[in-house]
Amino acid sequence: MTFLLALLVGALYAGAIYMITRRSLVKLIVGLALLSHAAHLLIFSAGGTKRAAAPLVCEGATPRLDAVADPLPQALILTAIVISFGVLSFSLALLSRAFQITGEEDVDQLRTTEE
Amino acid sequence: MTVRVVLPILIPLAVATACLLAWRWRRLQRVLALTGAGGHLAASLWLLEEVSARGIQVVQVGNWPAPFGITLVADLLAAMMVAVTGLIGAAVAVYSAATVDPRREAFGYYLLLHILLAGVSGSFLTGDLFNLYVWFEVMLIASFVLMALGGERGQIEGAFKYVTINLLSSALFLAAVGLLYGSTGALNMAHLAVHLRDTPSGLSTVLAMLLLAAFGIKAAVFPLFFWLPASYHTPPTAVAALFAGLLTKVGVYALIRVFTLIFVQQPALTHQLILVLAGLTMVTGVLGAVAQDDFRRILSFHIISQIGYMIMGLGLFTPLAVAASVFYVVHHMIVKTNLFLISGLVHRLSGSYDLKSLGGLYSARPLLGVLFLVPALSLAGLPPLSGFFAKLFLVKAGLAGGSGWIVAVALVVSLLTLLSMMKIWGEVFWKSGPANAPESTAPAPLGMWLPAVLLALITLAIGAAVGPVFELAARAAEQLMFPDTYIQAVLGGKT
Repeated sequence: MTFLLALLVGALYAGAIYMITRRSLVKLIVGLALLSHAAHLLIFSAGGTKRAAAPLVCEGATPRLDAVADPLPQALILTAIVISFGVLSFSLALLSRAFQITGEEDVDQLRTTEE
Repeated sequence: MTVRVVLPILIPLAVATACLLAWRWRRLQRVLALTGAGGHLAASLWLLEEVSARGIQVVQVGNWPAPFGITLVADLLAAMMVAVTGLIGAAVAVYSAATVDPRREAFGYYLLLHILLAGVSGSFLTGDLFNLYVWFEVMLIASFVLMALGGERGQIEGAFKYVTINLLSSALFLAAVGLLYGSTGALNMAHLAVHLRDTPSGLSTVLAMLLLAAFGIKAAVFPLFFWLPASYHTPPTAVAALFAGLLTKVGVYALIRVFTLIFVQQPALTHQLILVLAGLTMVTGVLGAVAQDDFRRILSFHIISQIGYMIMGLGLFTPLAVAASVFYVVHHMIVKTNLFLISGLVHRLSGSYDLKSLGGLYSARPLLGVLFLVPALSLAGLPPLSGFFAKLFLVKAGLAGGSGWIVAVALVVSLLTLLSMMKIWGEVFWKSGPANAPESTAPAPLGMWLPAVLLALITLAIGAAVGPVFELAARAAEQLMFPDTYIQAVLGGKT
């Protein structure tokens, strides 16, 4: 399972970097989305994959660490997903605004600030 | 006193909320923003006083004991950075009230300003790596909107580059955090330090490099700096000044924190690499600046070369060198913000940022000329200004550490910085004005002069009272170089 996840994470990173290096603004944003997915899955696999119970422990009982899953990576991913959702929505708004103002969708044309 | 640690984060957040509630009343928002920025400055100085008098202050948020909960830690470095943030925030808030146009104000300018301040203060105060990521994002999203707000073509183009590269850096940071947690089971920075000290491994060096890349992008370190000169000159001057003073310095702070606390196992590799990067950053930044003809673009390139000096001390990795770095960061934040504010004044008075079409300002406005010379010469490192001492300590540390080459680079770069500042001086102030210059537009309001004069006075004061300020930096460096006190304060004896 970890191996499959590792492959998936690698494929996502590769796809993300490929898309980011395209000249189209839309593809750039797709690339950024893939990049955040890759990072989230990476955290998930770093937390360890196993079939285990939810980490709920009765009061006074001693938890068996090998029988429950580590909840922290999932909490981290949840936070990271919310953040990347917000940031991506902002970049989409920026994309639409950029297209309205400049009429360009080609990254190479957005260079008037660098001359 | 836990409240002192929390206030620098809570005040801007509360002000931002209040601004949101007062969305329709622009004047009320302005009053809120100004009082809030004043309050933030007062709270941050209050924190600095406490930390300086009584050592590292720690707050376990929600009373969850470390390393399980989120910890806020104010050591001297963090407290100093928060104090300067308060100062910059207050200066820019006053400047904004005088310069920002009604449309930007109507779309939540002050709200975003305070969210940015909360994000920056939070980044400095947190003791938890994942929490640092969250504060970074708070700061970034506010800066994204501030950069694009107004929707001019240049701004949108600059914002696109800025957003993309910062998202890339955040993704790297996040991946490094995940892998660190996977390999050590810790996120609290003090706890991470303990784990990695006991079991150094090849993986930890890989993660150190990942974090170096992530923070290097934010700090605009060579070769990851291209986004900065492409975007920093596009938003209004108040925003550019705020970014120039605060944002890259958060990256530098994160580098200093991580490479003095967590990744100290292989200084021969990691810190040597940082030192080489410091040299390259200085040189490329200053060479980029020499080729420019736009006031704000020259200043943007100088941010990059100055970042080189800041991480030079970290790369040398001796108590004196790190103290010099801390001193340099404090000096630079004040000076650089001031230079951007002055570029705004020049623009207001003569209608341009382009050196070619400027001129004759010294005969028209001698005071502005003097005001420019203070931070400009301080940036170049002329005595008796703050920049001279910052460079002096770095050079001393470099010679003591036996790295003569970096000292040579630093000195040559500071000459080129002087050259570039003199170019601005010559073109903007000294040469005779253009023949067909438009008559001087409306005089600049007091709100533009006040923060610039104040920051210049502080630069002079740091130069005059270099002893006490450097002593503070040296104590901060001592806490950084011998992190046992930090770890002890956070984990409370369980190591």
